[in-house]
Amino acid sequence: MSRLYFTKDHEWLRVDGDVAVCGISDHAQHALGDIVYVELPEAGAKYAQGDQAAVVESAKAASEVYAPAGGEIVEVNGTLVNDPSLVNNAAMTDGWFFKLKLSDAGELGSLMDEAAYDAYVKSL
Amino acid sequence: MTMNTHGRPTQPAAPTGHANTGEHRGMILEEPLIFERGTPGRIGVDLPPVPAHKSRLGSASRQGQIGLPDLAEPQVVRHFTRLSQKNYGIDSVFYPLGSCTMKHNPRLNEKMARLPGFADLHPLQPTATTQGALGLMHELAHWLMTLTGMAGVTLAPAAGAHGEFCGMAAIKAAIRARGEKRTRVLVPESAHGTNPATAAALGFTVDAIPATAEGRVDLDALKAKLGPDVAGIMLTNPNTCGLFERDIIAIADLIHGAGGYFYCDGANFNAIVGRVRPADLGVDCMHINLHKTFSTPHGGGGPGSGPVVFSKALAPFAPLPFVQKEGEACRLIESKADKAAGQSFGRMKAFHGQMGMFIRALSYILSHGADGLRQVANDAVLNANYILARLQDVMSAPFAGPCMHEALFDDRFLKDTGVTTLDIAKMLIDRGYHPMTMYFPLVVPGAFLIEPTETESRETLDGFIKTMRDLAQQAKAGTGNANANPFKQAPEHTPRRRLDETTAARQPILKWKPEAAPDYIASAAE
Amino acid sequence: MRYLPLTEKDRTDMLAAVGVASVDDLFRDVPQAARLTAPISGLPNHQPEYEVDRHLSRLAAKNVSAGAAPFFLGAGAYRHHVPASVDQLLLRGEFLTSYTPYQPEVSQGTLQMLFEFQTQVCMLTGMDVANASMYDGSTACAEAVQMANRVTKRSRAVLSGNLHPHYRDTVVTTADLTGFELTALPPAPAGAEDLAKQLTPETSCVVVQNPDFFGRTQDLSMLAEACHAVGTLLVVVVTEVISLGALASPGSMGADIVVAEGQGIGNGLNFGGPYVGLFACKEKYMRQMPGRLCGQTKDAEGRRGFVLTLSAREQHIRREKATSNICTNSGLCALAFTMHLSLLGETGLRHLAALNHARACQLADKINAVAGCSVLNETFFNEFTVALPKAAAPLVDVWAKKPLLAGVPVSRLHPGQAGVENLLLVTVTELTTDADMDALIAALKEIAQ
Repeated sequence: MSRLYFTKDHEWLRVDGDVAVCGISDHAQHALGDIVYVELPEAGAKYAQGDQAAVVESAKAASEVYAPAGGEIVEVNGTLVNDPSLVNNAAMTDGWFFKLKLSDAGELGSLMDEAAYDAYVKSL
Repeated sequence: MTMNTHGRPTQPAAPTGHANTGEHRGMILEEPLIFERGTPGRIGVDLPPVPAHKSRLGSASRQGQIGLPDLAEPQVVRHFTRLSQKNYGIDSVFYPLGSCTMKHNPRLNEKMARLPGFADLHPLQPTATTQGALGLMHELAHWLMTLTGMAGVTLAPAAGAHGEFCGMAAIKAAIRARGEKRTRVLVPESAHGTNPATAAALGFTVDAIPATAEGRVDLDALKAKLGPDVAGIMLTNPNTCGLFERDIIAIADLIHGAGGYFYCDGANFNAIVGRVRPADLGVDCMHINLHKTFSTPHGGGGPGSGPVVFSKALAPFAPLPFVQKEGEACRLIESKADKAAGQSFGRMKAFHGQMGMFIRALSYILSHGADGLRQVANDAVLNANYILARLQDVMSAPFAGPCMHEALFDDRFLKDTGVTTLDIAKMLIDRGYHPMTMYFPLVVPGAFLIEPTETESRETLDGFIKTMRDLAQQAKAGTGNANANPFKQAPEHTPRRRLDETTAARQPILKWKPEAAPDYIASAAE
Repeated sequence: MRYLPLTEKDRTDMLAAVGVASVDDLFRDVPQAARLTAPISGLPNHQPEYEVDRHLSRLAAKNVSAGAAPFFLGAGAYRHHVPASVDQLLLRGEFLTSYTPYQPEVSQGTLQMLFEFQTQVCMLTGMDVANASMYDGSTACAEAVQMANRVTKRSRAVLSGNLHPHYRDTVVTTADLTGFELTALPPAPAGAEDLAKQLTPETSCVVVQNPDFFGRTQDLSMLAEACHAVGTLLVVVVTEVISLGALASPGSMGADIVVAEGQGIGNGLNFGGPYVGLFACKEKYMRQMPGRLCGQTKDAEGRRGFVLTLSAREQHIRREKATSNICTNSGLCALAFTMHLSLLGETGLRHLAALNHARACQLADKINAVAGCSVLNETFFNEFTVALPKAAAPLVDVWAKKPLLAGVPVSRLHPGQAGVENLLLVTVTELTTDADMDALIAALKEIAQ
């Protein structure tokens, strides 16, 4: 049974065991507009929670994506390199960025669940 | 993630009212790429036969074709003339592009730069044969120092951003010479993107200073950020909101008190030339965009030239080369091996700077003189304030006047109209004006930055004001349903309609590949 | 004042509309202490056009222009014939007085030209992608090294000793100020330089010039292989762009990044600037490139059009995270380049390159026949190094009085370097006449006497 978490910086992660799939929220892709390029991390790279792990570019802006929790990159979504529009069309599913092997499941406690995130977005 | 959402729409709405009929539309002419026009057997230059010789090219001579098209001169002339007709410059239209200073380019300057004594001169000729050129550099340097009141100047930087790099490099060198390590540079939020980029390129960390509600540096926030690790501040004045920083002398004193230096981005010097000397504001170094203040042509994006003036504290660190007057003769100091180079941080470019731009700038400066340059600032500022005053009631201005050389508006007046800043700009094109700068400075939502310059007549300003008032009222009056919204369709009367920038960035096509030209262009080829 | 259209009446009326009494009121935010109340003293006032013309023409006349003497200088700036139509077209106001094409609907002229420029640069260099130009060759070279550092995530570059000394100095300054390591080899006029030996797993790039500073042409394929074996990028620098009409392209020899000075096509000597830097690389490094890029797309009606693209790399978006702080290119010089290269075409460029080489071969043979003088190079394109029997710089100064502009003494660009005092760089182009060559040979013969 996987669980979905969000950060205040609009990343999401879906945790299944000690591996988490990460991406950016639907709210984020909508606010950024047409995504034209995603710069992904390399498999094997290690990040602490909050480190910059990826960059997402729209035609007129670039934004940094932070690791929602610490861990090691075990897989990246190479499809995004050729088809960045996936982030716009399927931010929460096929538009995922990378998979993390979590180093400390305790860090998840600092994140929001879906309901809390929805309320947070409404408050912005 | 950082939510960097200030971008504007980059995919056009579907058009209405036009079928893709292609080919020429009246005298808006389609023009193929030069590669689609070539025919083997043609030639655009005549050269004598190659004399017999034993090749000394060695093992690296060219084997394959380059792939260039062959054309005759009439075809090339027509091609580029047609391309020029898809372009608009200050010569053609009012071009109020804020922070870019699109003013008239006097043609005397072009004539002077083409004198063979300047244009056909090699940078490494013996200096005895280039005394006139070195003398010109010295004369320009004298003007720039006098107009700014500063102790030194370098002409080496190739453009404004290069000048920024030069100024910050001098600061870094000066801090090093003091045996200190200072790593933090303060940059206001509203700065040009080049400021943080330059500071970062030199290894400084960038610390943003917030603005006050009046669009100026927040003095208290600045004080809170000072410390022994602060190398300096990069401040544009007049600032990017088109306002003079009232507290600038206090800011300079604070920075100096903390042991840092004051880099002034001189992009907007044209607003104050002849009225204020940066030296009197406590500036340590400032670049001057010759293409803005002194009207060398923008040329579709360069070449620029970015001389930097220095205070006494920083002048010894100026880059190579520079000209020194020794009696009547001009000497060129071009190497660290020369004792006169002193503490120079070194060379930042081959040869001696953008000579062609120096000639044009000096020609402009001499034409105006001390009195005319002061009038330049007066008229530039008056024109901007006139626009601000006459549009304030129909648009929305984030800051109270007076402004300096540019009038800034935000998009509050478009709230709930369905019309964006970008839409207004595109409608302006259909009314015969080049748009103003949009969405900059970033600190002002949906910004319109309008810089009329001093070379526009009152009639031109009145025409523009009338058009802007019409558009603002039209937007507020409502635009019907989204599909028929004329603002989303604009521009309609241009060589191209809105372009799909999203697809351009998703699947970059950055060069021509041998394939057939689209029919509507191919049929227009001859 | 002829450039200022406002009349006194306009000014009065406009001040009233603004609601201030005088223009001084508009400057009220300027601190009192810094307000100037009158034009800056000690400077002349405005002048008629003819006075300015007279003054600047006098300065120009004090110079000995290249066309006024037998002329053999090169070393990074080359005197070629630029067809008259190039400058005439350049003066069209739509090109001359427009800005960076941020509004693509009304800038298709500049944009299409830049797309053509990028394509031409790719063709000449044999590379996949090129940007819309840099300031010049030397700054492009420094940018290339920084880009190689980004791509390889390494920070140690190696510079050939036969790189143009001004290019080397530009990179040295950049390394010093931005903080990366550099191994700059000493000049090797005789050509013995083992760059492959310098390679380590920490080397980000090797920078090599072809033809090199002393004029020598070389096949760089082996060096490229050696670089790639350790994950190092090969940066090839070309200062005489016409040479690409006769020499194998750097891309065909395995270069990863190519930078060149494009001045030799379309642009005059102009005492050193403005020039135009060419910058090209392999496709996989595209997003690490500095500078502006023009790309093809479609407009709302589906017609082909051009826009600036991939701008998220640039400073106005990325700010302190940009690939470079540069925000301008060398638009007008790039336009001159593209127009001249369009006139030359495949046939013209190759003919021009062959002509330059043949004429240089003729002069080299004549120099070798002069007692005491010899050409050092076994290979060259249109520039070579002559060993004179005496120090070159004083001779060049004396010859300049004839006038004869005989070449560039190596010691001017390598001051204090041992073993180069007698070396003179000599360049021949299509503009060099037989009479020019005779004048140089006669001067060389005088040395021995």
